[in-house]
Amino acid sequence: MNKLFERKNRTGPVLFSEYEKGSAVKKALLTDRDDILLEIRESGLRGRGGAGFPVSVKWMLTAAANSPQKFVICNADEGEPGTFKDRVLLSEYPELVLEGMIIAGYTVGARKGIIYLRAEYSYIKDFLQSKIEEMRSDGNLGKNICGRKDFDFDISIRLGSGAYVCGEETALIESLEGHRGEPRNRPPFPVNTGYLGFPTVVNNVETLASVPHIINKGGEWYHKFGTGKSSGSKLFSVSGDCRYPGVYELQWGITIKELLDLCGAENTKAVQIGGASGICIPESEFSRQISFEDASTGGSVMVFNKNRKMIDVLQNFMEFFTEESCGQCTPCRIGNVKLLEGVNMIRNNEYSLEYIEKLKELGETMKIASKCGLGQTSPNPFISILNNFKDEIFGMN
Amino acid sequence: MNDIEKNKRREFVSELMNKYVPDRTSLLPILQDFQEKFGYIDEYSQQLIAFELDIHPVEVNSVISFYAFLYDKPVGRNIVRICKNIVCEFNGSKEISDAVIKEFKINPGETTPDGKLTFEHVNCFGLCDKSPSMMVNGEIFENINKESALKIIKELK
Ligand SMILES: Cc1cc2nc3c(=O)[nH]c(=O)nc-3n(C[C@H](O)[C@H](O)[C@H](O)COP(=O)(O)O)c2cc1C
Ligand code: FES
Repeated sequence: MNKLFERKNRTGPVLFSEYEKGSAVKKALLTDRDDILLEIRESGLRGRGGAGFPVSVKWMLTAAANSPQKFVICNADEGEPGTFKDRVLLSEYPELVLEGMIIAGYTVGARKGIIYLRAEYSYIKDFLQSKIEEMRSDGNLGKNICGRKDFDFDISIRLGSGAYVCGEETALIESLEGHRGEPRNRPPFPVNTGYLGFPTVVNNVETLASVPHIINKGGEWYHKFGTGKSSGSKLFSVSGDCRYPGVYELQWGITIKELLDLCGAENTKAVQIGGASGICIPESEFSRQISFEDASTGGSVMVFNKNRKMIDVLQNFMEFFTEESCGQCTPCRIGNVKLLEGVNMIRNNEYSLEYIEKLKELGETMKIASKCGLGQTSPNPFISILNNFKDEIFGMN
Repeated sequence: MNDIEKNKRREFVSELMNKYVPDRTSLLPILQDFQEKFGYIDEYSQQLIAFELDIHPVEVNSVISFYAFLYDKPVGRNIVRICKNIVCEFNGSKEISDAVIKEFKINPGETTPDGKLTFEHVNCFGLCDKSPSMMVNGEIFENINKESALKIIKELK
């Protein structure tokens, strides 16, 4: 087998622990749907795509919707810079992801699942397809799953075509429907009006992959990991200036300092938590916890050492956002360009502090006025890097 | 485009209409498959696809223009993409890109006059643990450097 898809020697409390293929689907299909919802609620599982929405609520709303058709979508667009944990799950633990989708389908009453795989991961597609076929021939996918006459579920894979914004769930749905990946207004939410107008669960790869373990070992067991509001484990994609970059499965609540020690980071100046749209944390705050309550991340942890210039980081991120803004709404389309201009003014020493403050205000406006999460979060690095690294940046010329 | 070329495209589009449900939800897979075979989606074929799916040709063009990996103009026989996100940048991807720009005399987004190579920048391949990274015709290359990248590109047909 291609070494890309060989399972590495990984350990972790949940996702990287032992799992018997097919066991959770078998168990779930013998369980009442409402009991699965209760179990998921007890686990406290929250979405791993970044926003942290409670999974039980999303599933309950979809289950409650009265509709001839429903869908389960696995969001495998993983576009947030510095994130690669879904790549590891899809290529080393595909059965967890697929079984999570089946269990979601059973629970909410959907018969079709779609994996939206980013174009940059197209090399994983054939492998995933072969796993789907394997499950089909094992009777775990397709008609009458596990012999249950009242449950059919099948999964297909769709490729993206290189657009970060398509990771936003409504843009993703637009893309699946054959349109430009432009986010919709929310509400209505996909749980009511999703793919082709039908109730749809959209969940991140890691969210779905957590489900089989919760089914097998129980919500209470899962809830023991992590902190109160951020229960369970989290995959962190650690990259940048450290000796051991890679994917770590750890409990929510770990401090940044502890994570830096684990990955062999030295001489660290800053850690960007949550990708380009996240926040940049300076050394003085390395005792902060990584959790929904404190420093939250969909998985991206980028480490920068003391030789790096923070203005380079900021410029890189703002270029990213100006390129990836879909252009639908004005605050995001124009705002990101203005913030990037500001970065270049600072670089060229052609700025006034007063104007930079204006730009930060513009950033705050973008957070409120942008149509989707892209423009609502893209000012984060601008504001946090300029605030946290004032001396370096404004004293640099 | 001459009639032979047009016929080839017409035949392929009708194959695709059999492969997929011929409605709008299939637009992206159809465009992706078409492009894989012909390199880019020419205007004539955009109209064919639009006609088959019963949508306006402008809609097809608008979708193509939205996605970075879809092309409505000819591209090179090989597409080289280098990650320019910050982790790769700090690990040297800028120097690698500069070397490609110098060696092949093209800027990001351009194609060499001999049609061998299209060069692009991409924002994070999700290979940041094996950075810097590069993608050549869909195949990934990890932990590249200036020498290895240029060697891989030079060996392309
Ligand atoms: C600009 C933007 C990009 C996003 N990209 C992704 C992504 O690549 N993967 C993902 O799972 N969620 C992404 N999301 C979040 C999704 O909109 C959605 O919240 C998520 O898929 C829900 O699944 P979860 O609750 O399991 O996290 C993105 C959101 C925004 C605003
Ligand atoms: S930063 Fe280059 S692959 Fe992620």
